[in-house]
Amino acid sequence: MYRTVITARVLDEAALRQNRMGRAPFVVPAEGHEGCQVGTAWAMRKGVDVWVPYYRDGAVVLVAGMTPFEIFLGIFAKADDPSSGGRQMPSHWGHAGLGIISGSSPIATQVPHAAGIAYAIKYRGEDAVVGCWFGDGATSEGDWHEGLNFAGIHRLPVIFVCENNHYAISVPQAKQMAVDNVADRAEGYGFPGVVVDGNDVLACYAAMKQAHERARAGEGPTLIECKTYRFLGHTSDDDDKTYRTRDEVEQARAHDPVHVFGEYLRTHDILDDVGAEELRAQVKGEIDEALAAAWDAPDPEPGSAMRHVFFEGSS
Amino acid sequence: MTEKNVVTAIRDALHEEMRGDDRVILLGEDVGNRGGVFRISAGWLEEFGEDRVLDTPLAESGIVGVAIGMALRGLRPVAEIQFADFIHPAFDQIVSEAARLRYRSNGTFGCPLVIRTPCGGGIHGALYHSQSIETFYAHVPGLKVVMPSTPADAVGLLRSAIADPDPVLFLEHKKTYRAIKGDVPDGPYTVPIGAADVKREGTDLSCISYGYALHNCLDAAARLQEDEGISVEVVDVRTLAPLDMATILRSVRRTSKAIVVYEDNRTYGAGAEIAASIAEEALFDLDAPIVRVGGPDIPAMPFATPLEHYFMEPEPDQVYRRMLDLARA
Repeated sequence: MYRTVITARVLDEAALRQNRMGRAPFVVPAEGHEGCQVGTAWAMRKGVDVWVPYYRDGAVVLVAGMTPFEIFLGIFAKADDPSSGGRQMPSHWGHAGLGIISGSSPIATQVPHAAGIAYAIKYRGEDAVVGCWFGDGATSEGDWHEGLNFAGIHRLPVIFVCENNHYAISVPQAKQMAVDNVADRAEGYGFPGVVVDGNDVLACYAAMKQAHERARAGEGPTLIECKTYRFLGHTSDDDDKTYRTRDEVEQARAHDPVHVFGEYLRTHDILDDVGAEELRAQVKGEIDEALAAAWDAPDPEPGSAMRHVFFEGSS
Repeated sequence: MTEKNVVTAIRDALHEEMRGDDRVILLGEDVGNRGGVFRISAGWLEEFGEDRVLDTPLAESGIVGVAIGMALRGLRPVAEIQFADFIHPAFDQIVSEAARLRYRSNGTFGCPLVIRTPCGGGIHGALYHSQSIETFYAHVPGLKVVMPSTPADAVGLLRSAIADPDPVLFLEHKKTYRAIKGDVPDGPYTVPIGAADVKREGTDLSCISYGYALHNCLDAAARLQEDEGISVEVVDVRTLAPLDMATILRSVRRTSKAIVVYEDNRTYGAGAEIAASIAEEALFDLDAPIVRVGGPDIPAMPFATPLEHYFMEPEPDQVYRRMLDLARA
């Protein structure tokens, strides 16, 4: 689990460097979100459950089974990028084999999809749970309401995870909603809303595990709000200095989920400084290798832009 | 063969599809208890159960969004938008999501979804129960847009739409529902999506139309034959996207004259696309400029009977007159 958190962080740093080097036109940093992403995703079952992430969920898809190499194929828009074959911006995840549902840029459009998938699961009596992730900004959209409302009516096996970093790009939470907690809104949909420290990986895991059990037991959806923070800009094209003080960001960094988790493991004698350094170096090596291999992978053929508008027959 | 009107034909075809495949589920506003405002699904709640005939909250984007999710998980949802006029909140789900899922995933995801919606005017529906919406959606690659004008085509196209691996917007002109009757072949009859159909053969000019307007064209063509001995070929577009230009061009090359008739307001309408494609492909086969007859460019169809008539037919007997003018040109 800690290894995945570190992998997500190192991968994120490497991706941003590629952007600053001019090798990746656009990346979506997730620094700060790794705790709630790994924690919540960890309670899902690979190959069984369905993942409906949004574009900041690099660590969610790592847990779901996407490899750093595959993620870099997306960052470099290569032909074999499993999400889209280089068609979409990076971080617009999708992987049919892993049950990661293809996503888009419009906010919260995936929320009704998650409800519909959960409906089909319930309709067919299948044992699967849908995890649906989004930011605080998404909760202002009509689709968010419509998706949660539908899921509540039919008590569907779906878990809604809000990664609340308190900003919709630059708009602070106070200008997005008149309540302190996104989770409070769950009451309006007839299912529990839970607030959890998004920088505490294990707390996120525990909340998700409980929601997962509820979903499997036919007790319906849960809304989990993970309070967290985004340490960098909204994307590589954003300058967060225009709307956040450095003091605020520094204060948030004091609760960096990577450090919080590391400290926890140290106090419980599961990890020491040497082990942590070794692990980071090992992960760094793997990430560098994945990055180099992805950079050398083939680009899409220009004419392939015309393909897959409609079904082309089974292969 | 059984004679049916359009609404009965759609009801029977959908009923058979529901019976034949439990992946087919119907969702929308008032489709359950009420059996649909046009009674398409009357009695189905009892027959198929409330998990297959699903009364949804009044939220069009949610209806389409949830249906996309169902399609992604192996179901064959048929989503009903009660009136086409109310589909606009779902534009993003249809255009950004359903129509792009296959393309954006490089062919690894698909979205076999049918969205049925009654459209069109001439039924005292005013601004918000009369709209023609086909052009908004026919512009979107990845989405199929069909609009049958006869009971047989409605049945055949609906079956094809449900079997289609891609999203299909299925437009039902409300004025055809009860006004238009016709024979429907019995058995598993289908009409391919993307195929136009010559509804009346002729030699002097080609009239290209669809939906309820097509019936005005057939009526005018019959009277022109009788009154003036003018032979009009009437081509039913049936599928607006993908558009079957081959059938249209075959007709136009033979008659050397083309008139495109549609109810939607004229500017940027289906007529613009069809006329432009004819001009590109067959200009030198033409003996006269292409004629477009569309609705007036006003925001929507008004309620008062004289105003509504004006929208449907700004000049008295305009299709007949315009065909006659073109034949004499």
